[in-house]
Amino acid sequence: MTGIYGASWLLIAVPLAGAIVLLVGGRLLDRVGHLVGCATVIAAFALGVAVFAATASDPATDRIHQVPIFTWIQSGTLNIDFGLFVDPLSLTFVLLITGVGALIHIYSVGYMEHDPDRRKFFAYMNLFVAAMLLLVLGNSFVTLYAGWEGVGLASYLLIGFWSDRPAAASAAKKAFVMNRVGDVGLALAIFLMFKEMGTVSFSGVFAQIGTLAEQSPGTVTVIALLLLLGACGKSGQVPLQAWLPDAMEGPTPVSALIHAATMVTAGVYLIARTSPIYDLTSDGRLVVAIIGTVTLLVGCIGGCAKDDIKKVLAYSTISQIGYMFLAVGLGAGVYALGILLLLCHGFFKAGLFLGAGSVMHAMDDEVDMRRYGGLARKLPITFVTMSCAYLAIIGFPLFSGYFAKDPIIEAAFAAGGLQGTLLGSAALIGAGITAFYMTRLMIMTFFGEPRWKQLKTAYGQDYHPHEAKLVMTVPMIILAVGSVGAGAYLAIGDRLATWLAPSVGPFEEPEPPVSAGVITVGTLAVVAVGVFIAYWIVGRRPVPLTAPMPVTPLVALARADVGGDAINETLVARPGIWLTGTLVYTDAKGIDGAVNGLAATLGGLSGRWRHWQNGYVRSYALSMFAGTLGVILLVLLVRFA
Amino acid sequence: MNDSLYLPILLLLPLAGSVVVTGMSGAPAKTVKLTALGFSVVELGVAIALWVAYRSSMGTGDTAAPFRETFSVDWIPSFGVSFSLGVDGISLTMIALIAVLVPIVLGASWEEKLPAGRTIGGYFALLLALQAAMIGVFAATDVFVFYVMFEVMLIPMYFLIGAFGGVRRAYAATKFFLYSLLGGLLMLASVIGLYVASGNVLPSGTFDWEALRSIASQIPESTQMWIFAGFAIAFAIKAPLVPLHTWLPDAGAEAPIGAGTLLVGVLDKVGTFGFLRICLPLLPAASARLSWVIILLAVIGIVYGAIVAAGQSDLKRFVTFTSIAHFGFIALGVFAFTTQSIAGAALYMVNHGIATGLLFIVVGMLAARGGSRLIGDYGGVWKVAPLLGGMFLVASLATIAMPGTNSFISEFLVLIGTFTRYPGWAVIATIGIVLAAVYMLWVFQRTMFGPIRGVGVIGDDFGLDARVPVTVGGPAGPSSTGAPEYQPATRGTAVSTAAAVDPAEDSHAAPHSRAAAVRARFGDLTGREIAVVTPLVVLIILLGVYPQPVLDVINPTAQRTMVDVGFTDPVPPAAGPIVGGGQ
Repeated sequence: MTGIYGASWLLIAVPLAGAIVLLVGGRLLDRVGHLVGCATVIAAFALGVAVFAATASDPATDRIHQVPIFTWIQSGTLNIDFGLFVDPLSLTFVLLITGVGALIHIYSVGYMEHDPDRRKFFAYMNLFVAAMLLLVLGNSFVTLYAGWEGVGLASYLLIGFWSDRPAAASAAKKAFVMNRVGDVGLALAIFLMFKEMGTVSFSGVFAQIGTLAEQSPGTVTVIALLLLLGACGKSGQVPLQAWLPDAMEGPTPVSALIHAATMVTAGVYLIARTSPIYDLTSDGRLVVAIIGTVTLLVGCIGGCAKDDIKKVLAYSTISQIGYMFLAVGLGAGVYALGILLLLCHGFFKAGLFLGAGSVMHAMDDEVDMRRYGGLARKLPITFVTMSCAYLAIIGFPLFSGYFAKDPIIEAAFAAGGLQGTLLGSAALIGAGITAFYMTRLMIMTFFGEPRWKQLKTAYGQDYHPHEAKLVMTVPMIILAVGSVGAGAYLAIGDRLATWLAPSVGPFEEPEPPVSAGVITVGTLAVVAVGVFIAYWIVGRRPVPLTAPMPVTPLVALARADVGGDAINETLVARPGIWLTGTLVYTDAKGIDGAVNGLAATLGGLSGRWRHWQNGYVRSYALSMFAGTLGVILLVLLVRFA
Repeated sequence: MNDSLYLPILLLLPLAGSVVVTGMSGAPAKTVKLTALGFSVVELGVAIALWVAYRSSMGTGDTAAPFRETFSVDWIPSFGVSFSLGVDGISLTMIALIAVLVPIVLGASWEEKLPAGRTIGGYFALLLALQAAMIGVFAATDVFVFYVMFEVMLIPMYFLIGAFGGVRRAYAATKFFLYSLLGGLLMLASVIGLYVASGNVLPSGTFDWEALRSIASQIPESTQMWIFAGFAIAFAIKAPLVPLHTWLPDAGAEAPIGAGTLLVGVLDKVGTFGFLRICLPLLPAASARLSWVIILLAVIGIVYGAIVAAGQSDLKRFVTFTSIAHFGFIALGVFAFTTQSIAGAALYMVNHGIATGLLFIVVGMLAARGGSRLIGDYGGVWKVAPLLGGMFLVASLATIAMPGTNSFISEFLVLIGTFTRYPGWAVIATIGIVLAAVYMLWVFQRTMFGPIRGVGVIGDDFGLDARVPVTVGGPAGPSSTGAPEYQPATRGTAVSTAAAVDPAEDSHAAPHSRAAAVRARFGDLTGREIAVVTPLVVLIILLGVYPQPVLDVINPTAQRTMVDVGFTDPVPPAAGPIVGGGQ
């Protein structure tokens, strides 16, 4: 493979080289670390644009390129190439990752300015970009898995970036372990594919999956469900969602890039990428759609009760990814809708997080929205950019969320029957709750009394909110522009769907039982109700500085992370700790105790011999015993032979 | 016989080094250490030459011959014993591992604090002697020579633990010795059994591996079962498999860092190597019949080792339990009888030696600074010693088989190969990868993350030596009323006061000046230490990204072993025309 495709390995290599240089270079590079970090990601973006342009100029039938690099693992009939799969779907992600990644890198220059470990931060961010690009560009399930775990590692390092905070350390470990649970699913799916089809490359599996579906349709469903388990872990979907809110312990740019715009959407990528598998299993698709629907509701509910601005956004991310899962679960023809929401979400959620970071920056790292209020005047740029993102996420007409979410709700209704009604209604209600919690966030942060005026920071000083520097606001403005316009640009004329067709199949306009216009109006009405309720509850009277108590059981549940942590604690953590304690005790007292008991018995025996032999034998008596045993066995054996 | 001198040189060179170093008792310590290091580096050079020669001869000459670079002289003609050496792909990679590890281990032990009255010369001499014996085990192509080397290997290790180890060294060494002796005796019985059984088929008995392999199918299955049992117990003790593992945590924890690294990194692999070299090819019927026993123990070991590792409070014991879990993977791969699982197991033996070698050495460097092996005595080390923390991270990632590290390749091969034959067992084993993340990251969190705290890091007022005093001295052994109790020290008070002070102090005021003060006391890696760990880090990443050169060496031997044991890989039911094509 020559030309621009042959050079596409540089997409991964350049950010990776940046990470390695920054890590190995040590403190020598402290002054320029952020520049190296930004430059490599921007270079990757430029290269991504070039590859994209080359592909777009190819005829639609010739847009999938295999780029072999070297043989990675070969043993027997297992043959895994380290190669790239450059197609419209992977290129879409490449542009998202490097584009949003570059913006967030630039923002971080300002955000992390005073951190003594800024160089390390950029090294990890570069590592993340490289791993994420490997995830989307790899041409086999194993290269995908490598990227998959690689982004998990970068996420671990960045959540735990402020490693001296115990909460950050715990959150990092929790994220990694819960991701690993999902990874087991992905790994088992790979094993099963190899066992059944003898191949683990995308092209090989997609070529054989039809044969497998004829022989054993159940196996295809099992593969689909195992892949889904992996997707749930990475994307914070129920039942593996509990790590994502905790992951907000990381610096805010990390939350924006990894835990909103890119890494957590990897699950959606996985399902869209493996669309040939999901196309063959309606059961598998239905489970995806159900998981997505449950998650979008759980995320919404969790988002309503949090006072920590980043946790609200984290639950919002869980919920939005639920919408994407719902979309890709609806199957053939509408994969593109999931990707459309994913891209729009990349803009508006990254914008919201960067805005939240700007607010925190202004407020001495305060995250409690109850201590904010009236910040619109102090932070005008932040306010305007976040407002654009806000209108996008609630699906305000003509903003990008509108173009993405509305068709998903229509497609859910179009699934037909009870199933369609349930999925569609849940998605509709979710839109209303989204409007509620996002409006609540905006009101508590930017409107009302400036509650911070009466308060002191954690270090006993007054708050002096100020707008961020240009290096931070410019990326926010660009993301705001994307939040406004990306949806229209990508959706009108089915531009994105047509582009993705070679990868995920042609787009089919969903045909809901009632006309699309009715659903659109209905959605807008529900959203309006959500906005109004938020205003009614938080907008009309002063926000109390502490969360009101007591509350209804529903609010209590939402505050308690919708039960996620409690379930993990009861089902996994406590039994695990108990089992560990028991086994450690058994090992020391039981198994080793038996061994030592035997030794002591023999030792007593040898003690007598010692008197007789003047203490010369000592422990070697045991060896005599063992020797006798051996000789007896030998005699037996020889007779046997 | 086409005699090659590589292997005799590899065997004799460290032995000569050992003798020379022992003879230099009057010389300055530095000269002695440099001499030992010189021998090990030359040895590494010879091993590299052997590797190059082997690679260039692959696919040429008699491709059916199992061994290359063979060397043979008569030893005890009346019993048909000849001193035969040779390598196949699997033993070659193990010999290469030994040759790489020994100079690193010597470097890591450069400033080892030895018990009173011991000299560094004696320590290094024993390490070189151990190297010779280990090379002998992997190079032996005569079952009797294999047995002799297997036993000889015990002696330097016994003294390394017993004379140079930690506080409970006498107990640990005796336990190690007795376990090994028991295994060795059972193995001797089986070796003789093999000889007698071969005498029933051939005109006279033989210990020659190739001759034994050629008649393996003619030995009655019932006889094979008995012989297998003896070997299997010996190898299961050495590997070790649960429940024969309890000597390892004591031996590994009490051994000095250098010896411990070789113990866990190489010596234990003799067990799984024995399965591959002796059991599968020479006792195929018994191996097939009894594979379920080993697989069961292996899978139990994977889960059990991981869970018990999570509960350890002593860093070195922790490393040994993680290794017990990993040995489960190796044994599982060997007895799953697929090309991928066997090649993966062989690669795993090498990779584990590198990865755990690094982990063990880094833990040793940590313990040397903090004066304690207890996890609870550390906290926030990453802030204090970033390089040490970074190396610990690399070792941790290799331990949990993160893609990009060498361990991923081998664990993946073992699991995918096992899955094609025994999906159920593979599923349970795969859960091990979650458990690995749990135990490893938990230790990482407790030692490296969090506020700077712990008596190991910030010191305490009760004296710097935080080692647990244990109430046993001298060669107590089993003649006392039992084992000295293993007691994790109750340092909780000191630790918790330190932790309680921290948050306020650490959060904003002047964390960096404080960290700098602790850093000055604790110290990050020195130039020597960086030189010691760097080759291992490079190997971990290199073999994770580009493992194929090593797999190319191992694959033919794995396939030959499959033929020997009479299995073929399961055929995928829905395979395409180009099976396994990467494209």
